Amino acid sequence: MTDATASNAPDYKPHGASLLEQTSRTRRRNAAEARFRAYGLMAIGAGILALLLLLGSILGNGLGAFQQTFITLNVELTEAKLDKNGNRNLDDMKKVSTFGYTPLIKTAMVAAMAEKGIKIEGLSDKDAAALVSKDAAAQLRDFVLANPELIGETLEFTFLANGRIDGYFKGRVSMESAELDSNISPQQLQLADALRDADLLEKRFNTGFLTAPDASENRPEAAGLGVAILGSLYMMIVVLVLALPIGVAASIYLEEFAPKNRWTDLIEVNISNLAAVPSIVFGILGLAIFINFAGLPQSAPIVGGLVLTLMTLPTIIIATRASLKSVPPSIRDAALGVGASKMQSVFHHVLPLAAPGILTGTIIGLAQALGETAPLLLIGMVAFVREYPAGPPEGFFDPASALPVQIYNWTQRADPAFVERASGAIIVLLIFLVFMNAVAIMLRRRFERRW
Amino acid sequence: MSYVKLTASALAIAAVSATAATARDNVQVAGSSTVLPYASIVAEAFGENFDFPTPVVESGGSSAGLKRFCEGVGENTIDVANASRKIKDKEIKACAEAGVTDIIEVRIGYDGIVFASDIKGNGFEFTPVDWYKALSAQIVVDGQLVDNPNKTWADVNPAFPAQPIQAFIPGTKHGTREVFEEKVILAGCEETGDFEVLKVANGDDKKAAEKACIALRTDGMSVDIDGDYTETLARIEANKDGIGVFGLAFYENNTDKLQVATMSGVVPSTESIATGEYPVSRPLYFYIKKAHIGVIPGLKEYAEFFVSDEIAGPDGPLAEYGLVSDPELADTQAVVADEATMVTN
Repeated sequence: MTDATASNAPDYKPHGASLLEQTSRTRRRNAAEARFRAYGLMAIGAGILALLLLLGSILGNGLGAFQQTFITLNVELTEAKLDKNGNRNLDDMKKVSTFGYTPLIKTAMVAAMAEKGIKIEGLSDKDAAALVSKDAAAQLRDFVLANPELIGETLEFTFLANGRIDGYFKGRVSMESAELDSNISPQQLQLADALRDADLLEKRFNTGFLTAPDASENRPEAAGLGVAILGSLYMMIVVLVLALPIGVAASIYLEEFAPKNRWTDLIEVNISNLAAVPSIVFGILGLAIFINFAGLPQSAPIVGGLVLTLMTLPTIIIATRASLKSVPPSIRDAALGVGASKMQSVFHHVLPLAAPGILTGTIIGLAQALGETAPLLLIGMVAFVREYPAGPPEGFFDPASALPVQIYNWTQRADPAFVERASGAIIVLLIFLVFMNAVAIMLRRRFERRW
Repeated sequence: MSYVKLTASALAIAAVSATAATARDNVQVAGSSTVLPYASIVAEAFGENFDFPTPVVESGGSSAGLKRFCEGVGENTIDVANASRKIKDKEIKACAEAGVTDIIEVRIGYDGIVFASDIKGNGFEFTPVDWYKALSAQIVVDGQLVDNPNKTWADVNPAFPAQPIQAFIPGTKHGTREVFEEKVILAGCEETGDFEVLKVANGDDKKAAEKACIALRTDGMSVDIDGDYTETLARIEANKDGIGVFGLAFYENNTDKLQVATMSGVVPSTESIATGEYPVSRPLYFYIKKAHIGVIPGLKEYAEFFVSDEIAGPDGPLAEYGLVSDPELADTQAVVADEATMVTN
């Protein structure tokens, strides 16, 4: 054999005599590889471009929502208007509705203009007062009812500015568009400029966007995410408390204890199928079972949480089983070998080693549930809710909104100011999602063990 | 083990949930997305001015709202259904079968339907005939029924510019579509005399002729919008030739982007709709379950507040937003005060 090869060697001529010289076949192969790399780069480039466009448009539209224009006015709390009997009886004072408070704001605006020497041609007092949000009357009323002893005094209040005025300082409204806009006039914008020069109007960070409840279409400037964030939080608590133990228990049983037979095969197939069921189906199920049959209240985070639990369970079970599987059998064998029971080997050794994988799967499942809208459509969560739900556990039964639902609601509103708010809400939702995913990655990096 | 404890606590919470689902203290409203902005304005003001919690207002459409309204009586059903049309006999029957017999009908005002196009484009002065000729699937030309041959607005009416026909109209699930068909397309059909031709062609069947009148062309010149007016607006911003159908309130919030067309020479406004001069409008309603009054705290107060002069009157916040206030508001207030139910057969 060696002879043969030795003698054949000089005769044998591979396609390319030299390694340095490429044959046509090598060239083809190299070209194919270069092409594939280019395709890959193109695919990634397209993905990054789409992401940048998306983020750019969301950030461009939405960052404004975190800032809001405020107007500072000295309001005289006239006794004759707010407490006609002068006896500070709360029940009597409550009869003065927010409509009764509006004139105070008008007076305050006129006084402020006179004090700073602002005169705008062709601007009525009513239009001047319209610079202040309609939310101001409610703010004033709440303040007076909480502090009846301050009636008769003149106090400094900071009110939200009307949505269009706010839009003017954010570049959404211009003098030209105000000319055509029936809700705002150029004179009002001039007044806004004058107030800013007099330091009565300023744009600053708006905590209300994160804490305030939703507001009606008449006052987009007052709309906030408070109820939605709380509702989402409650739902996530329900999902975590229900889905994690049920999911983990189911997967431990299936992976470690269950006999391998036709039944467990069937269950496995069904779990994988459930993970692919469109989420709206779970909403229909939730409506039929939790609301119509079990009689749970509509629009409540408990129902939302239960529906999302059903939706998240398969994700958690699949992740948990994968991470249980990745724990090598030697660990179980060793535990059993020193006399541990099956349950002890699982809970003392296998489960702690699989925990990072389980937590990662759970967090990703929660993140998915956080952004889900479709099932909530059917259980009455897509609603205008202004009352904060109470503290848990009663709060789980109070009506609430949810973050993705709030975004959906705001995109349907007529006032253009809600576009900004919807994008702002998307930013908040994305921050939550990025944070949750970062935690998942951190857990995996720090605690995962490989064999 | 901690997992065991977790499971136990989860089960405990689930058990609590089954028992705690009692007494609801807020009013629940669902229904028409046209009424939603008004209802949410009222709900907000109601929450601010009364000691009752702010009502929860859902949208989803008149039909969906009325369906849920008719599911029965009890705390896990809604108290009020908003509707952009009158309740149908079929729905009243469904209600009665589920035990919802005493229904109070409250008309809150009128909603105008307007035709608007991009503010920089051409202005239009429409009549129902123009819309019929532009959008109907078949029209009569020289006594012959033919597939609609009109391609531009100039083909429809020589007074119009030669702008391609591109209409964005509400989809069939919207209550607005019915009004559009009845008050614009059908009115145009009757005015041109095509109705008579169609009636003869359909063997003197009036229903079939009406149906033929409102059958719209499907060659892409008329696009059904199933979403909201925000989608219609986005379509017009993308296609400057487009003309869309909007609610008056939506238009009034976007007057810097849209210009409105006149209909039969009348500019749509809350005034011209209130007097009935502007032809395309419809009443808006909400329906109250009488059985829930006294059970759900604040329900009657909410209804009374809704139709009070300072809310639904001509100077109230609803009119400011675009609702055409009802000239007979006093009668409506009396209906709510007396809890007068609908006459059902």
